[in-house]
Amino acid sequence: MIRHHLFWPVAALVVLLVVNTVFNPSFLEIELQDGHLYGGVIGILRNGAPTLLIAVGMTLVIATRGIDLSVGAVAAIAGAIACTWIASGGDALTAMLLALCVCVLLGLWNGFLVSVLGIQPIIATLVLMTAGRGGAMLITEGQIITVDDPLYRQIGAGFLVLPIAILISLSVLLAVAALTRGTALGMLVESVGTNPRASRLAGVSSRTIVWTVYVFAGLCAGVAGLMISSNVNAADANNAGLWIEMDAILAVVIGGTSLAGGRYSLAGTLVGALVIQTLTTTVYSIGVPPDAILVFKAVVVIAVCLLQSPRTSELFGSRRRAGPARTRTPEVSAV
Amino acid sequence: MTDSSARSADPVVDMRGITVEFPGVRALSDVDFQLFPGEVHALMGENGAGKSTLIKALTGVHRPTSGEIRLHGEPVEFTAPVRAQNAGISTVYQEVNLCPNLSVAENILLGREPRRLGAIDVRACRTRAARLLDRIGLSIDPGSALGSHPIAVQQLVAIARALAVDARVLVLDEPTSSLDTDEVAELFRIMRVLRDEGVAILFVSHFLEQVYEIADRMTVLRNGALVGEYLPDRTGRLELVSVMLGRELGTLEEVERRSGGRDPGTAPVLTARGLGRAGAIAPFDLEIHAGEVVGLAGLLGSGRTEMVRLLFGADRASTGTLGVDGRTVRPRGPRSMIARGVALCSEDRKAEGVVADLTVRDNLTLALQAARGWMRPVPRRVADALVNEYIEKLDIRPADPGALMSALSGGNQQKVLLARWLITRPRLLILDEPTRGIDVGAKVQIQKVVADLAAEGMAVLFVSAELEEVVRVSDRVVVLRDRRKVTELAGDGVTVDKVMSAIAAHGDQDSAVAS
Repeated sequence: MIRHHLFWPVAALVVLLVVNTVFNPSFLEIELQDGHLYGGVIGILRNGAPTLLIAVGMTLVIATRGIDLSVGAVAAIAGAIACTWIASGGDALTAMLLALCVCVLLGLWNGFLVSVLGIQPIIATLVLMTAGRGGAMLITEGQIITVDDPLYRQIGAGFLVLPIAILISLSVLLAVAALTRGTALGMLVESVGTNPRASRLAGVSSRTIVWTVYVFAGLCAGVAGLMISSNVNAADANNAGLWIEMDAILAVVIGGTSLAGGRYSLAGTLVGALVIQTLTTTVYSIGVPPDAILVFKAVVVIAVCLLQSPRTSELFGSRRRAGPARTRTPEVSAV
Repeated sequence: MTDSSARSADPVVDMRGITVEFPGVRALSDVDFQLFPGEVHALMGENGAGKSTLIKALTGVHRPTSGEIRLHGEPVEFTAPVRAQNAGISTVYQEVNLCPNLSVAENILLGREPRRLGAIDVRACRTRAARLLDRIGLSIDPGSALGSHPIAVQQLVAIARALAVDARVLVLDEPTSSLDTDEVAELFRIMRVLRDEGVAILFVSHFLEQVYEIADRMTVLRNGALVGEYLPDRTGRLELVSVMLGRELGTLEEVERRSGGRDPGTAPVLTARGLGRAGAIAPFDLEIHAGEVVGLAGLLGSGRTEMVRLLFGADRASTGTLGVDGRTVRPRGPRSMIARGVALCSEDRKAEGVVADLTVRDNLTLALQAARGWMRPVPRRVADALVNEYIEKLDIRPADPGALMSALSGGNQQKVLLARWLITRPRLLILDEPTRGIDVGAKVQIQKVVADLAAEGMAVLFVSAELEEVVRVSDRVVVLRDRRKVTELAGDGVTVDKVMSAIAAHGDQDSAVAS
C-alpha cells in the first residue's frame, strides 16, 4: 500500500484533518441547515473549489510537459469583466459568458505562443501572468467593483445541498476524467508530454493537443475567477486569484503528476488540491501568524514531495520501487 | 595479440554469482564475470540476454540482489554510478548521454572541471580537454557546442570523457553502432593504446567482425545466464553465434529474394522529382513501386536520414515535388503522409520513436490511434489482440503488453516500433536503420519481415549503414554521397563491391560507376 502513488498525499490529508480536529473538536461535524450542509470540511470543499478547478486544467497542461503561470491573472480578468458588466447594468448570465469567452481567447493566445511559435511554456505564460493583472486593472479602472446580483452570487457562494462551486469543480474533474480516459485523448496527451518528437512522427497532432490544453486551462481559470469574485461579490484585480497558480501547480505535483510531463493522475490532483486547501485552513485554525503562512505552507509541501520521491520510498520500503521503470532519473538525452 | 601474461595477473574486476531482479523479472541469474588488466573482453549475447544489466550492476546503476563484486580484490558495493566512476570504472553507453548544449570541453570535464579560486578555470578546462581529444586523435574545437557535431563525433567525445578520469576499467556499451568504418578503426586504435597501458576494457558489440578483430576474450550470456567464456582464435564465428542463440544455424539461413516481379504499368507508390532541401540534401529523383524493396546506402552524414525525412514530410522540401500514386501532394507534416499510407521508422529510436513512460501496448498502437483520431480509441480487446500477435510474430520480450516501454531492451523496443507501423498497414514503409544495435537473430528476423511485406505488395525503402544488409534485402540500391544522390544500382549491379565503389568514387567518376 505504501507504494501506491497516492499513499503519501492521502496520508498528509488525513494528518491535516486530525490536526484540525484536535484544535477544533467540532471540525468534522456537518450540520444540515435550511437544506444546506455546513461544517469545517464543507468549508474546505467550498474554498478549495477554485484551486481544484484550476488544478484540473493545470494537470493536462503539465502532462504535455508545459506549465501555465497565467491562470491567476486570467481568473482576475474573468472576475473583473463579469463584475464590471453587471455593475454597468448588464445581466449576470451574459456577464459570465462574456468573461469566459475572453478567457478562451487568452487560452488561445497562450496555446499559440507555446504550440505554434514554440516558446517555452514558462516564458510564454509569464507574459500573460504579468500583463493579465494590468489588463484586469484597466477593466476595473483600478477600483474594486462590488456587485449584488442574486444569480451571480450562486456560482461562488450558492448551495445545492453542497456548495455549488465544489459541484462545478467536481463535475469538471469527472468530465475530464471520462473524456480523457474514455477516449484515446489521455494517452495521446501523455505521449506528447513524454516524447513530443516521437509523437509527431507517429502522426499525433501534437500542436492541436497542446493548443487545446492551454485553452482548457484558460477556461478553467475563468470559471474559477467567477467563483472567487462571486464569493466576495466583488472584483479585486490586484488580489483575486493571487498565487493560485502556485497552489494549482503544487496540487498537481503533490498528486503525483511529474513536471517533466507524461503520465498524469486526476485523482492525485483532487487529493493534492484538498491537501493544499486543508493546509490553508489549518494554518488559520492553529493560529500561525499570517506573515508566516507561506513559509509554513512551503514546509508542508516540501515534506509531502520528499515523502513521494523514489529515493525516500527506497529508505522507507525495504526494496527499490518498480525497478528501473518508474524512477525518473534526471537523465540528459542527446537530441 | 593476446597477452598471455595478463591472464596470470589478478583480475581487476571479479564478479561472482551476480543476480539482478526487477519486480516480476529476473534479469540476471548467478553470473560470474572476470576482467583482467590489459585485455579487451567482449560481452556477447542477444537482445535481452542481460549484457546491459551486467554492465549496470558493475557500474552501480543497478544493485545486485545477490552476488559479490570485487575490485582489485576488495569487495565493493556501488550505491550510485558516481561511486563506480570514482573507483576507476568509466562507462560509455550505447546512446550518447551527454549535454548537446554544452561545449565539447565542458562535456568532457563535466563534474571534474579544473578549478581556480573556487571558480571553474575555463582556460585550463579547454587545454585539458584538448589534450584528451588529442590523445584519441580527434581534431575538433573544444569550445564548440557538442550538439553541432555528428553522433559519431559525440561518441568519441564520450570516450574522451571516460578517459578524463584515470580509468582502470573502461566499459564500452555498443560504442560502434553509429560509427562508420574509418571511425571504428580509429576507435580500435585508441582501444589498443589503452589496453597496452594496462586498462581493462569491457566491450559490447553486435558486430561479430569487430569483436573478432579487437577482443582478447569473449563471455557469452543468454537469457540472463552465463553460457561460457571463449577465445576468439579458438572459437569460430558460427559456433559463437550458435551458442549466443542457443540453437543450430539452420534457422539463420539467408533471406533470399529477388522479386523484380512488379507490374510496370502501375504508377509508383512514391515519386520524387527534383525534391530537395537546402543544406540537407541536393535535389533528387526517386521512384518506389509496390512490392519493391529499395535500399538506401551511403556513409554516415551522406544525407540518408535527411532524404527519408523529406519523403515522409517530417521536414519541408525547398525544391521539387512529391507524388503519391502519381498524384502530386504537398505534405504538411508527417500526419498528412501517414494518411496517404507512408510510414517512417526513425533511426533515432530514443528521441524519435520510444515513448518511454507508456506501456508496450500504447507504444505499439500509437500510430494507429493517432490515425483514427482521439475520439475513436482502439478497443482494448482489439489492441491486445494486435499487440499479442506482434509480440509473438517478432518475439518481443518480455511478452507483456502492459510492461513499460522503458523496461525493454533496445532491440525489443525497435521491434515494438516496427510493429507500430506494421499495424497501420502502410503502402510504403520507410525503415531508417531498423537493425542498428540489435543482435543477429533479431536482425535476420527483421530482414525476413521486410522480404515478406514486399512479397505481399508493400513498397519498402530500407536504409542501413551495413552494406551487406542493404544488398541482401534490396531489389535496387540508391547510393548517396555528401548529401547528394549519386547513382542507382539494380539487378546484377547490386553487389557490395559495386555499392562500395559508388560510395567511394570521386565526383568525376560518377558516370563510370553508374550501371
